[in-house]
Amino acid sequence: MGIAAEALKDFKGFSLKKLPVEEPLSPGHRACQGCGEVLALRLIMKAIGSNVVVCSATGCMEIITSPYPQTAWRVPWLHVAFENAAAVVSGVEAAYKAMNRKGIIDSPDTVFFAYGGDGGTMDIGLQALSGAMERGHNFVYACLDNEAYMNTGIQRSSGTPYGAMTTTSPPGKKSIGQSTQKKNLPAIAVAHAIPYVATASPAFPVDLMNKAKKAAMIPGPAYLHVYSVCPTGWRHAADQTIQVAKLAVDSKVFPLYEVIDGEYKLSRKVAKPKPVADYLKAQRRFRHLTESEVAKIQAKVDADWDTLVKRCGAEEAPAPAKEDE
Amino acid sequence: MPKEVGSFSWKELELGCALLEPGSAGQLKTGDWRSMRPVTDLEKCVKCARCYVFCPDMVYSQNEEGFYIQNYYYCKGCGICATECPADAITMVEEGD
Repeated sequence: MGIAAEALKDFKGFSLKKLPVEEPLSPGHRACQGCGEVLALRLIMKAIGSNVVVCSATGCMEIITSPYPQTAWRVPWLHVAFENAAAVVSGVEAAYKAMNRKGIIDSPDTVFFAYGGDGGTMDIGLQALSGAMERGHNFVYACLDNEAYMNTGIQRSSGTPYGAMTTTSPPGKKSIGQSTQKKNLPAIAVAHAIPYVATASPAFPVDLMNKAKKAAMIPGPAYLHVYSVCPTGWRHAADQTIQVAKLAVDSKVFPLYEVIDGEYKLSRKVAKPKPVADYLKAQRRFRHLTESEVAKIQAKVDADWDTLVKRCGAEEAPAPAKEDE
Repeated sequence: MPKEVGSFSWKELELGCALLEPGSAGQLKTGDWRSMRPVTDLEKCVKCARCYVFCPDMVYSQNEEGFYIQNYYYCKGCGICATECPADAITMVEEGD
């Protein structure tokens, strides 16, 4: 049994009827109507609880929660530059460890949580995140992926999917929008051989909260990739946030899985996948795509799904029951 | 803590520009933003908690009878709760009606 499986063996999970009442993130924050990112952050904070130190990279979630002289945080919170949230959280963790050892403080169960958007994680903060995961600090990192730099006005990032319209990848006669594929950051995190990696979506809130809690319980680095719908940047109605997030999972665009001690496990099997065209049609950032482009995207989504299912292979097969050594 | 946000002297700031009250954004009335307001029909409500869990603005809270009630001080009127309600108990009503 790996260290992650060992830490999780008594974990029961949350249920919709008995959610924690506590809200470490207060209302009155300035997120757009129907923001899926702050919803994801709210659920993660609910799951982790109040014994936490939060490090925030620059991004939407920093802007909307902390315009001076107010703060929406009820827990210790640090805002640092775009690139170094993971570096700072590892420093905080090391400081707590040293102070605990010297008897200055007594809080062995504090959770260290850092988050950034897709720009702050995939582009600018990747090196710091990689370093922190490699050093093996006990922290949780969540990438709140809304697929572009939304707070500065929808510029493309390496998280922007193929074909999406942003202000720096505008579609036109000679362009189809974003011309490169989305970076697969969960796979990069898995390659660091850390104990826990998971993808989650606010459309499946109990799953998201369970994953956040698991990430917090596991000793060592844990990485969460959270699909964060952005009505403003993706150009759909504010009330469709959860519908779009559900479609992304049901059309296999954003599969939900977790990787515990290097073993892939699908969290949600998609029995009757919806066509990717349904997902694309729900958002105006994809409206310029022709049928041949949609077919290309569908083929890529199917290929990625097959790769993922193959990686989950051990769990999909009925046999051999794995017992601890 | 300054009383009115946006208009106060620097002399009123704490040392190091520290904020002494956690969660002080709770003073901000984000309810001003909305044009549509969600109204729950308690006859139809099945207490499934979906409005509560999907609300990005922490508008809903449970009362003694187990129903989820809106706090309009914060509701921005996005309409997620009305779309996600499985019993169609929540409708969006134009503000001012």
